[in-house]
Amino acid sequence: MQLTGAQALVRSLEQQGAEVVFGLPGGAILPAYDPLLTSSLRHILVRHEQGAGHAAEGYAWATGKPGVCIATSGPGATNLVTALADAYMDSVPMIAITGQVPSPLIGTDAFQEVDITGVTLPITKHNELVTRTDRIPAAIAEAFHIATTGRPGPVLVDISKDSLQSTAAWSWPPVMNLPGYRLPPAPDPARIAEAARMLHKSRRPVLYVGGGVIKSGTHEELRRLAEAAQAPVTTTLMARGAFPDTHPLALGMPGMHGCYAAVAALQEADLLVALGTRFDDRVTGQLAAFAPRAQIVHADIDPAEIGKNREPDVAIPGDLAVTLAALADAVAALTAAHGEPDTAAWRAATDHWKKQFPLRYTQEPDGPLKPQHVVERLSALTGGDAIILAGVGQHQMHAAQHYSFTKPRTWINSGGAGTMGFAVPAAMGAQAGRPGELVVAIDGDGCFQMTAQELATCAIEKLPIKVLVFNNGFLGMIRQWQELFYDERYSYSELGQAIPDYVKLAEAYGCVGLRCDRAGDVDAVLEKALAVSDVPTVVDFRVHDREGVFPMVPAGRPNDDIVLGPEFTAAEQQAAARREVSAR
Amino acid sequence: MSTHTLSALVENKPGVLAHVAGLFSRRSFNISSLAVGPTADEAVSRMTIVVDGASTPVEQVIRQLDKLVRVIKVVELADDAAVERELALIKLAADPPARAQILQIAEVFGASVVDLAPESIVLEATGSAGKVEALLAVLAPYGIRELARTGRVGLDRGPSAITDHEGPGVPGPRAAVPEPLAHAS
Repeated sequence: MQLTGAQALVRSLEQQGAEVVFGLPGGAILPAYDPLLTSSLRHILVRHEQGAGHAAEGYAWATGKPGVCIATSGPGATNLVTALADAYMDSVPMIAITGQVPSPLIGTDAFQEVDITGVTLPITKHNELVTRTDRIPAAIAEAFHIATTGRPGPVLVDISKDSLQSTAAWSWPPVMNLPGYRLPPAPDPARIAEAARMLHKSRRPVLYVGGGVIKSGTHEELRRLAEAAQAPVTTTLMARGAFPDTHPLALGMPGMHGCYAAVAALQEADLLVALGTRFDDRVTGQLAAFAPRAQIVHADIDPAEIGKNREPDVAIPGDLAVTLAALADAVAALTAAHGEPDTAAWRAATDHWKKQFPLRYTQEPDGPLKPQHVVERLSALTGGDAIILAGVGQHQMHAAQHYSFTKPRTWINSGGAGTMGFAVPAAMGAQAGRPGELVVAIDGDGCFQMTAQELATCAIEKLPIKVLVFNNGFLGMIRQWQELFYDERYSYSELGQAIPDYVKLAEAYGCVGLRCDRAGDVDAVLEKALAVSDVPTVVDFRVHDREGVFPMVPAGRPNDDIVLGPEFTAAEQQAAARREVSAR
Repeated sequence: MSTHTLSALVENKPGVLAHVAGLFSRRSFNISSLAVGPTADEAVSRMTIVVDGASTPVEQVIRQLDKLVRVIKVVELADDAAVERELALIKLAADPPARAQILQIAEVFGASVVDLAPESIVLEATGSAGKVEALLAVLAPYGIRELARTGRVGLDRGPSAITDHEGPGVPGPRAAVPEPLAHAS
């Protein structure tokens, strides 16, 4: 059977199991849009290609399946760049299809020509320019294979317009030819056994858990391991939800704005078992001073991550699905043979830290509304059951800290890249992937204004996302850094709380718009927002503009320099710095 | 300067060189030299990359290169277990009195004369980087007009081939290249 390249592209996407694609047509990709009209694929017409990219990411985060976005050549393709960079940093499986000018015109600076494979080379797991019709099915099959196997990531397939228009014989499945693409090595059983012995022997272990645990679907094994080893667990920003925050062994989030107990436990541990994580600078602080007393076991699917920042004592490259199950079994076997690991004193110490130095803020009944209060009420009203998204900044940290996550794939944010404007379009993608579930984007007023146009898409596509705008009238995290490190000189960080009018803006986009500026009204407003099921809802939470995010480890400083913040007395701060550990 | 020589088999496709070069620039790795050429299999090219050992974490370079989809295999060639050569074309101003001395030096170094003109001479020298450096040092006083060097290429000594080295992971699908490497085990 002969098909046009455009037909072959759409059929390949169908064959790969894609259900939803996010895109916006333009000249070079136009041939592909014709068969799309009669395809089984649901195409969601975004208002800006960046929205398509983040929506594909949100879909992938929420479902575990690869997200697909489509754009035309030139500016259409370059508008995907931020989302590709974001997906690359956070290992999100995503396929970006871009149209390219007809192959005879490539290199001539033709209208809407951009060398998008050149542009995206350092921010994609792989990319390819396709100029032959008969290559299209294999290119798509390879893109899905590469994006979803090993360490996931974005793959861009750039297809010239003439190859979409010409015809070629169709057959499926196509032959993949990837001689240089290696799947992860099988984890070494001897090293897993060694790690299990270390963990069983350790008196002060910490399981340092990253996004790899969620991506590999091993949260159950993680729980089994933690309980067998009686080891406290800290979940990074990428791993919120991998381990229930309600579990007694949960320490919360580590890092720059981590919980004191998590940061202190990493610093005092004698063993870190790092699982699907990459010793990111936002977790380690000053690398040389990170976890100075700990031996390191590092298990990750990407061999290049092991030893990149911190040399491990035991390296276990390979699939966490295998490693975690085997490790949990091995520790359980050691426990059965030799008794429970002796971590009682250590757990007493970490419990003490959790009680002594919790996340603390003060909500006066008639005082300014605190963002933490809104997150806590949301957490309570949803029972930790909603899918929560965030952009980047103070609202993101408050959400990550104060929402009580209990399940994987309920926390979606821009971790590595720190992309402002991520939340609204990613929420759109998450809602498209998990219709019927409660999807709540917690956003800042700065972030929201970068991609708010996708509210139109959500309204028209009947994607009833909730957007809680934490409106403090500032680029809040910038304001906080200027307060702490730039002598309170607030250079160009004030946006103003009143413009735009978020309620009117929401209504203009066909959404429900609500406003709340009093703590006493939060529950009622949230309940009203959560009850809307047909259109998106935007809530303008007028929150206190002076509220900071604490604890905080100043950038580049050792984690031992953690600052508890204004809610703690000088005596408490000193006690935190002394950090007596009875287990040591 | 301590250097490391990496030998990589890559798919012979457009954009591969850009992927490799882009990786080095993005990760702030320094390339001392890079040589690319065909192999016995037309679907496969070989890249020989020399990196500065002091400024570049070689293990990390290898692992990152291994992740590139178009890179089939990458290994470090061990100094004592590999032959490494580079070629240099050296143009010298050579008036008749100097010419005799230059020819004598060339003979000692096993360099051959590939162009001879009344006022100039072009030598071709092949050998280890050290040998080429030594020749250039001796020729420097005569005035080197122009110099072209290929960068280093190398192969393991003995019967083993790059494809015999243990690599991480499970090789990917290779269906359309039935036997890409004639010397593979």
